[in-house]
Amino acid sequence: MSPQKKNWKEIPIAGVCWVPSTDYKTGDWRSYKPIWNIEKCIRCMNCHIFCPEGAVTYNEEQNVMVYDYDFCKGCGICANECPAKAIEMVMEGKE
Amino acid sequence: MKMTKVEQKTIPLNGDEAVAYAVKQCDVDVVAAYPITPQTIIVEKFSEYVANGEVDTEFVCVESEHTAMTCSITAAATGARTFTATASAGLALMHEMLGVASGSRMPIVMSVVNRALSAPLNIHCDHADSMAQRDLGWIQMYAENSQEAYDSIIQAFKIAENLEVQLPIMVGIDGFVLSHTLENVTVLPDETVKKFVGIRQIPHVMNHRGEIVPFKLDPEKPLTLGPVALQDYYFEHKRQQEEAMKKALKVIKQVHNEYAKQSGRSYGNALVEAYRLEDAEIVTVCIGSTAGTIKTVVDDLREKGIKAGLLRLRTFRPVPVEDIISNLSGKKAVAVMDRSSSFGGNGGPIFIEIRHALYDVSDSPKVVNYIYGLGGRDTRPIMIESIYKDLQNIAKTGQIENKIQFVGLRE
Ligand code: SF4
Ligand code: SF4
Repeated sequence: MSPQKKNWKEIPIAGVCWVPSTDYKTGDWRSYKPIWNIEKCIRCMNCHIFCPEGAVTYNEEQNVMVYDYDFCKGCGICANECPAKAIEMVMEGKE
Repeated sequence: MKMTKVEQKTIPLNGDEAVAYAVKQCDVDVVAAYPITPQTIIVEKFSEYVANGEVDTEFVCVESEHTAMTCSITAAATGARTFTATASAGLALMHEMLGVASGSRMPIVMSVVNRALSAPLNIHCDHADSMAQRDLGWIQMYAENSQEAYDSIIQAFKIAENLEVQLPIMVGIDGFVLSHTLENVTVLPDETVKKFVGIRQIPHVMNHRGEIVPFKLDPEKPLTLGPVALQDYYFEHKRQQEEAMKKALKVIKQVHNEYAKQSGRSYGNALVEAYRLEDAEIVTVCIGSTAGTIKTVVDDLREKGIKAGLLRLRTFRPVPVEDIISNLSGKKAVAVMDRSSSFGGNGGPIFIEIRHALYDVSDSPKVVNYIYGLGGRDTRPIMIESIYKDLQNIAKTGQIENKIQFVGLRE
């Protein structure tokens, strides 16, 4: 067990979160990774709206979709909802 | 104990009514309950209080006991003082949420009107329902009579809400034997009880922003309750619950003594009640209303010069190990009476605790188990006498013929 983990006397009761939930990186559960294709994308924002993890955002300045792979769980909803087939789900490690 | 400071009145109440009366006086914010025999009178009586405007409690008519417990948990999570009541199948249906209540450290008070579990269908008293829930992190207390039911419910709020405890409590009363039987119950004035239980105390915890906030759901001071804790932290949370149980042993006594000063009523040392035990050689151990019957048998035996005694467990979770040892070591023979069976187990649930507690004691008595009264089977003095007779034999010969027996059963 890593030394920085708190013991039972140090943590709040009842499982109250004493750290933000964003500290808990859920992205490592992923087996398929969404790969965004800048050429095909029509910036419809479907992926941003449908992503259950809020892992897709739009960077207005650069006009690109940004994927936060720390939290993307690889569900493939974005790829499914993309009307331009601009997202490909690729097996982790094979991208 | 003659320390009564307040004017009390005595009124005829059955066990269920005594519970409802206590809840009425405890300034409870939310009651969420579903009626089930033999607990029904509690819910009926309390909804009458609500309808009459005698209390300003929010009464939630839920569609099942699972929801009764879910609703109690969520109400308690907002800082509300919360009560519910159930029995038998209702308690079984709550099972999943009972662990959520204790794991989330919600100080809910629940009256369990003890009733057998199906099948076959039976509405009468035994302890199978609450014994099946004994490992779920709830404090468990059992009343001997309606007076004690009334007194224990009031104490329960103060125990559960204690900052060092923060655990839910179930107070068991025997179905029909207590729930539907009229008794003279002496009650404290409303104001005295209100002052005694006070306003619910809320501990402080660290939230996700590192701020110290009250442990309750409040949009102004948000915190996340009930998250996932896997291999990395779940174990630590369970250890905290063990600690709270250990602290409850002390708090149950404190609250009981404080209450005794106001009411003049006490029950042993709050955890156990020893009846004519000091010089006793043969002893029975039980919980609940059967203690009343046993006491009369003990008195009869004492008149005949037989050194009989009784140890009643008032608190079963946490188990008062020290009190079991100090009261039973040195005795010759002990019969533990279980009003439930742990099928395929090595004796009933109370027997297992008692015998286990005495294992390390050098002058440990012979300990045997009697399963009795399942499904409301009448427990008569003659049965208790036969148990003491067995104990006399064991004491004389030092031999146990049958470690686990059934009493009151047609063999
Ligand atoms: S795969 Fe799922 S989680 Fe990942 S970005 Fe797409 S929708 Fe979001
Ligand atoms: S759904 Fe497809 S087309 Fe629409 S913004 Fe996302 S990647 Fe681009």
